[in-house]
Amino acid sequence: MPSAASGKNFPAHDAADPRFKGRRVQPLTIRLNHWMNVLFIVLMAGSGLEIFAAYPSLGPQGAKYGWYPWQGVAPPAWLTIGGWLAGARHWHFAIAWFLVLNGVIYLAYFFGRGEWRRRLFLPARDARNAFQMFGYYLRVRKTPPPVDFYNGLQRFAYSSVVIAIVLQVLSGLAIYKPVQLHWLLALFGGYDAARVIHLLGLVFIAMFVATHIVLVSLHPRELLAMITGGKRG
Amino acid sequence: MARIISRRKLLTGFAAASLLAGCDARHPVAGFLKSMRSFNEGFEGLIFSPSRLAPEEPASALTPERAFPSYFIADDMPFAPAGWSLKVGGMVARPGVFTLDQLKAMPRTDMRVRHHCVEGWSAVAAWHGLRLSELARAVGIDPTVRYVEFRSFDDDYWSSWDLGSALHPQTLLAYGMNGHDLHPDHGAPLRVYSAVKLGYKNVKYLTQVNFLSTRAGGGYWEDQGYDWFAGV
Repeated sequence: MPSAASGKNFPAHDAADPRFKGRRVQPLTIRLNHWMNVLFIVLMAGSGLEIFAAYPSLGPQGAKYGWYPWQGVAPPAWLTIGGWLAGARHWHFAIAWFLVLNGVIYLAYFFGRGEWRRRLFLPARDARNAFQMFGYYLRVRKTPPPVDFYNGLQRFAYSSVVIAIVLQVLSGLAIYKPVQLHWLLALFGGYDAARVIHLLGLVFIAMFVATHIVLVSLHPRELLAMITGGKRG
Repeated sequence: MARIISRRKLLTGFAAASLLAGCDARHPVAGFLKSMRSFNEGFEGLIFSPSRLAPEEPASALTPERAFPSYFIADDMPFAPAGWSLKVGGMVARPGVFTLDQLKAMPRTDMRVRHHCVEGWSAVAAWHGLRLSELARAVGIDPTVRYVEFRSFDDDYWSSWDLGSALHPQTLLAYGMNGHDLHPDHGAPLRVYSAVKLGYKNVKYLTQVNFLSTRAGGGYWEDQGYDWFAGV
């Protein structure tokens, strides 16, 4: 067994790692998962915004949250999917199952096939590298830190968006069934708080997607790998 | 020119595809979305527990009554006709007509719970009334009953429910709100109020309760495309 990853022995994964011998950079399961997620997340976000448009405010009736500056401001129609509230709910609650199924397959592959070793953000291994990479993007560092399979910042971004999607599913379930799942709702601080968290989750994922698209357009080889799979290890 | 035509064809194709997918508000849901809707209806029934209670809210959480939204579908606020009474029928041993005083003489339940509207807002009020299960006991419902239909004098507003949710201990025929008799904007003299359904299932301005073994249609909003089960 190779030694546990630490800040000193970055890179933890190298081309010679026998665990990934013969496996593509982006195996088929992950590629399929990724592109299905693109479709599902667009549909979930669009239908979610149409649902939000029915009550584009935060906080309960009579006690809306004072800190939210856009009370009553609906998202633009071109961002919404479903046409009206009932239609958007049908889309949202239909696609949610496929998003969950896709997520379960991803996590099973991620842990079952050891992908977590080269993809998961492990603070001891990746935190320092992530900060250095961030500094490089901000032009305060002249050279990028060493990169193995991913750099630390990539691991941080990809791992946090996976966690964000899991939290979206849980907070969504909580506001879908606030009475039947009131133990889950309580974890998010009640109905209106859970609705805020569900909206913040969307904002986080949208910011991730925007950054992801910018960075992948600067590194088209990464995009190509997500289509063809890239070279085998 | 050719390009414009092909683009128009493309847009027509998109329109047809979205219609098939149930995008159009004036068409019933079809295809994929219809299947998923039945699937979700099954899921809602499965996750519903007849004994799980919505938590009681503290008095401090009460929504100021003027801030608690209310609506009716008629052009003008519906007022109870003179000599109003509730007709109870369907598959029951003792169908009958109940006056408000008779209903008020039955065991009373009070609850202060959170209201969940399909639009996404919540609000809190206290409700006073009798459990629908009390009424079901009084009229003796048949073992074949699976649905309960509520009808109103607010035009043709109505809704049908699964029996389990209707007999839930927090499903009331409410005649009072926040310590007073129901006001006309919240459904006087009698309305359905349940902690386990979305707002639109809670029919106001009641005229009839029917215990049925089959259902035709779902209700005013349900027949326009909103979910039938609509549990919370």
